[in-house]
Amino acid sequence: MRAHPFLSSAVLALALAAPSARAAQNPAIVPPGDYSPADIAYGSRIYDAQCTTCHGANGDAVGGVNLRSGTFRNAITDLDLARVITNGIQGTGMQAFKFDPSEVTGVVAYLRNMNSVDRGSAKLGDAARGKTLFDGKGDCARCHRVGAQGSRVAPDLSDIGAQRSAGSLQRSLVDPASQMMPINRPVRAVLRNGKVINGRRLNEDTYTVQLIDDQEKLVSLTKSDLREFTILTTSPMPSFTATFSADELSDVVAYLLSLKGR
Amino acid sequence: MTRRSTAAALALLLTAAASYRVQAQVTYDRLVNAARESRNWLIYSGGYFSNRYSPLTQITPANAKNLELKWMYQAAVAGAWQMTPLVVDGVMYLTQRPNDVVALDAKSGRVFWIYRYQLDPTQIVCCGANNRGLAILGDTLYMGTLDAHLVAIDTRSGRPVWNTRVGDNKAGYSVTLAPLVVKDKVIVGVGGGEYGIRGYVAAYDAKSGREAWRFYTIPGPDEAGFDTWKACPPDAKPYCDSEAWKHGGGSVWVTGSYDPALNQTYWGVGNAGPDWNADQRPGDNLYTDSVVALDADTGRLKWHYQFTPHDRYDYDSVQVPVLADITWRGTPIKAMVWANRNGNFYVLDREIGRFLLGKPFVKVNWMDTFDERGRPHQTVQPAGQPTWPGNQGGTNWYSPSFSPHTGLFYVSAWENYATIFGGTPVEYQEGRNFGGGQNRPLVPVPGAPSLPGLRRGPINNWTEAAASGAVLALDAATGEQKWRYPMTDVTDSGILTTAADVLFTGGREGYFHAIDAKSGSLLWKTNLGAQIVSGPITYEVDGKQYVTAISGLSLCVFGLRE
Repeated sequence: MRAHPFLSSAVLALALAAPSARAAQNPAIVPPGDYSPADIAYGSRIYDAQCTTCHGANGDAVGGVNLRSGTFRNAITDLDLARVITNGIQGTGMQAFKFDPSEVTGVVAYLRNMNSVDRGSAKLGDAARGKTLFDGKGDCARCHRVGAQGSRVAPDLSDIGAQRSAGSLQRSLVDPASQMMPINRPVRAVLRNGKVINGRRLNEDTYTVQLIDDQEKLVSLTKSDLREFTILTTSPMPSFTATFSADELSDVVAYLLSLKGR
Repeated sequence: MTRRSTAAALALLLTAAASYRVQAQVTYDRLVNAARESRNWLIYSGGYFSNRYSPLTQITPANAKNLELKWMYQAAVAGAWQMTPLVVDGVMYLTQRPNDVVALDAKSGRVFWIYRYQLDPTQIVCCGANNRGLAILGDTLYMGTLDAHLVAIDTRSGRPVWNTRVGDNKAGYSVTLAPLVVKDKVIVGVGGGEYGIRGYVAAYDAKSGREAWRFYTIPGPDEAGFDTWKACPPDAKPYCDSEAWKHGGGSVWVTGSYDPALNQTYWGVGNAGPDWNADQRPGDNLYTDSVVALDADTGRLKWHYQFTPHDRYDYDSVQVPVLADITWRGTPIKAMVWANRNGNFYVLDREIGRFLLGKPFVKVNWMDTFDERGRPHQTVQPAGQPTWPGNQGGTNWYSPSFSPHTGLFYVSAWENYATIFGGTPVEYQEGRNFGGGQNRPLVPVPGAPSLPGLRRGPINNWTEAAASGAVLALDAATGEQKWRYPMTDVTDSGILTTAADVLFTGGREGYFHAIDAKSGSLLWKTNLGAQIVSGPITYEVDGKQYVTAISGLSLCVFGLRE
């Protein structure tokens, strides 16, 4: 995900409106601490009751909308979010909600923190040290890409901190297969002429499948042309328990959490 | 012009006007015989029996590969387009978001007129600005609106004739279904099952718009069935609503059916309110999740059958009641066949509502057996464990098809799809969501994309691990699966079959498929690029058969290459 020019300035404006030391240090990240835990908890209750019908518990049940990502099509600031919730979006499924001000505040707080409320038991380390480990000892860029650096063979991690919780990231490093998204499962396709294509799915439908192969090429295959099409459930990523110490794992998780795609 | 020629012209004009006036387009007799009037599509489900089966035979399994796009019509407002058009003697009538009516040339797609209904700014609808279509009688079209009105529109001018309030839009009532005309009445039901409405089916005089009768899907005190809304125990914990029936749901948002010989009209009833926290409404909660058979003249209940008593899964029974005359264990019977959101396929005797058969068509674990009267033995899963089918059901509102030619019932199914259900107490507040749920989709990995319940973009990243779709062909008398056409993503498309044994359907992926109705093999497909969430129809103009598909904002009409 590329940085949105308006987003950065808007988030900065938001940070200025609610100044904090952490926000000043890193204006590109909306710090969870700027929303009171009570508001977040209250908002999560309202979200469960009022919003899950359409948006789903994970916030991703409307196609093309992922509320957990922290990026919204029709809202940049908290005021925008409040306006969308209160007024709805004409001509779409997003209706106007009759919330009182404290409810709106709660829902906004929850939406801003949806992805981080599941911090689980993950211990957060130092993001800068984590980056060094990611680039060095972990050799993560051999398969993964962040921004303009690294391979595209494995999933791009540029906004992984907006997509996955700390707990999930830590589990990914320890037991990769347990956290592997189904879309990222390795696939093996054999053409009629015997040519083998290994890769990972980007999209699939009844008749075709779109891959990025192990040469980083985009490939679209027609299933009826294939001799074999296999989806594996084991991850090609190794566990990093032997590579990293517990503290180092925490550092890498902190670094991954800082990757918001902005 | 001479005086004589003027007089002659005037006489001609008057004659023409007179013949024009008496030439009422769609009489009730035509509606009764709609399913046999192969050129046209006069009723939402193709005929009163709701078979979505056409006698047209020009497009066959042999020549379906020669189908090509003839014309397209593009709507202006984005969102799932769930509408089924009507076609009357070369003119197509359709609705588009939010509540427009369009009349166009069914051969070219060129528009005659557009009527734009002015909605009240307050519309409380759960799932977008949906409208599923129109009904017609004489020279008048009928449309329900998102702000819960019923509007009559002149077929030729596109001007409103009358406008009647059906329900209180501020309390969450809406009308999204296509009305059903029976004799001189227009019948509708109300949506709002997520807002604590008390649902009903109501009939209006087609000429004046005056209400003729109303049947509440939630019985009131002193009415039969009220005892299925039981009193709360004195020490009820947690929250229990002592007047739950007042907000009991029972919405009706998909068009019903009609049997002229029995004079019974059949309607599927939606979920109980609140959707998921069943503990606060003790009892079976009639007539939620039921089919009700009503006397078409009076609205009085003739019989009912409840598919999911005391529902805790949002298993609306808003499927179209399909009426089929079939042979049941050697005896011809008047049946109703029904693939329910709860994952079971049912055969009922539609004269008296007797349960004949219930059989899962997808994985089901909320119940295991039926008793003799068809009451399911429910097997509520432990907290945190998945229930099959999931919240959107084994199927949902999209129209199935029954082919009298093959004897098969065809349904769009969601397979391998589950939800971890949970209820939470919710107090009724007017206009507020009254779901009471804390549901989680079953996903293979925490945080993995879940199946979008309502709509989707062009990328499937939840994959077959979350669920997949299929068209199932079931023996209408036994529920036995005859063939299965699998799809990678789920499908919300309706199904059409024809006397040439061609089945048309779409899906979320945007493909429009022609499938052999006997064997289930693919005859032809085309990628239309956006989800298909409506039911295809077929009609004929100037001797040529056309078939429709709506993908995204595009109404696409196909015919054979010449």
